[in-house]
Amino acid sequence: MAEIVGAYFTSHVPGIGGAIHRGDQQTPYWKPFFDGFPRVQEWLCEVKPDVAVVFSNDHGLNFFLDKMPTFAVGAAASYANADEGWGLPLYKSFKGHPELSWHIIEQMVGDEFDPVTCQEMLVDHAISIPFELAYPGAGEWPVKLVPIGINTVQHPLPSAKRCLALGRSVHKALASWQGDERIVVIGTGGLSHQLDGARAGFMNKEYDLFCLDNIARDPDALTQHSIADIVRLAGTQGVEILNWIAARGALGPQGHEIHRNYHAPISNTAAATLLLEPG
Amino acid sequence: MTTEAQLIPGTTLFDGGAARKGYALNAMCFSFNEKVNRDAFLADEASYMDRYGLTPEQRESVVGRDILGMIAAGGNIYYLAKLAGIFGLNVQDVGSMQTGVSVEKFKEMLLAQGRGESYDSAHKDMING
Repeated sequence: MAEIVGAYFTSHVPGIGGAIHRGDQQTPYWKPFFDGFPRVQEWLCEVKPDVAVVFSNDHGLNFFLDKMPTFAVGAAASYANADEGWGLPLYKSFKGHPELSWHIIEQMVGDEFDPVTCQEMLVDHAISIPFELAYPGAGEWPVKLVPIGINTVQHPLPSAKRCLALGRSVHKALASWQGDERIVVIGTGGLSHQLDGARAGFMNKEYDLFCLDNIARDPDALTQHSIADIVRLAGTQGVEILNWIAARGALGPQGHEIHRNYHAPISNTAAATLLLEPG
Repeated sequence: MTTEAQLIPGTTLFDGGAARKGYALNAMCFSFNEKVNRDAFLADEASYMDRYGLTPEQRESVVGRDILGMIAAGGNIYYLAKLAGIFGLNVQDVGSMQTGVSVEKFKEMLLAQGRGESYDSAHKDMING
C-alpha cells in the first residue's frame, strides 16, 4: 500500500527563484526565509517520497481567461516549465504519474467534484520553486508529480470549505491506491500578500498565524472565512491559502506539526514554510 | 460578487465583470510569455495594441504606465506582471506606482510590517513620512 509520508507547505514568490539563481540565500534579506529549509531537506531525506501531489495555482502560464478551470488535475507523463514572460532561466521538468492522476480523478468525480483533466500542462514557478527549495542542486527531481490546480485568479473562487473537501477526496484516492509509492502532499503559495491596487503591500501576521496555528489540528477552522473574508484578511493574492487548505485535506484526518518558519517580508509577501506528518 | 468584498479599500476583485472588461488587455499581456511578442511590443507598442484590440481606456493606461488605470480597465495583476517585466519593473516598483510613493518608501512599509507593525500603521507612516 502507498504511504502518505506527510505534507510540505511553502510560499512560492517568483523572487525566491531569482534569489536562488543569484546565490543570495545567505544575504541578510533572504537568510531568515532560506533558514526554514535545511529541516525540510533533512525531512525529505528521511521520509524519501517518490511521488508529490501538489496543490497550486497557475499564474498565466498554462491557463488563460479563455478557459479558466476552478479545479484542474494534471494527468500527463511529463510536465515542463516555460517562459512566464520574464525571460528567466527555465526550471527543470517533472516526470508525471498518469496512473495515479487518473485514480485521483476517478475518486474526485466519484465524490462529485468535476475537475478539468489535463494530459498536457505547463507548470509555473508555483510548483518549481518549492522543489528548488526542497532539493537544492538536484540534477533531476527525485519524485514524480501529480499537479492539482486551483483557480485563485478569477473570482468567483472555490470556497475554503470546498477546497478542504477536495483535498479530503484526494486523500481517499491516495489511501486506496494499491501501489507502494511514498507520497508527499504539497501546498504552495501565500501567506498574506497583495500585489494590486492602492492596498498593495498589505500583509497580516495575525491571520497568517491563525492559519499556521490551526491548519494541523483543526483545518476546518480555516473554512469559517468566506473568500471575501480571506481577501480582506490575507490580501488579494493571500487567497493562495486555498492551496494549503486543500493540501491539508489530502494529508488525512490527523496531522501534527514538525517544523515551521515564518518570515516577512520576502518581496511583497509574508512567507511561511511548514511540515506536517500524519497522525 | 459580494458587496463586502467590493468594499475593501484599495482593492478591486478580479471577477467576471473585470474579466470581460479586461479581456483584450489581459490577452495582450498573456502573449508576452513569448519573447518574440515582447520584442514586437517594444518595437511598436501602438501596432501591437491594435493587434489585440485594446480599448481606448486600456491603451491610455498602457501608454501612461498607469497600473491603477490598467486595473480599472480590467487588467489582472498576474497578467499585468508580464507587461511590467517588459519595462523592467518588479512588484515593489509596481507597488510604488500604485501607492504613489517612492520605491524606497514602499519597501520600508513592507519591512515595517516585518518588524511587527500593522499594515495600517506602516501604511500611514509611508503616506505621511
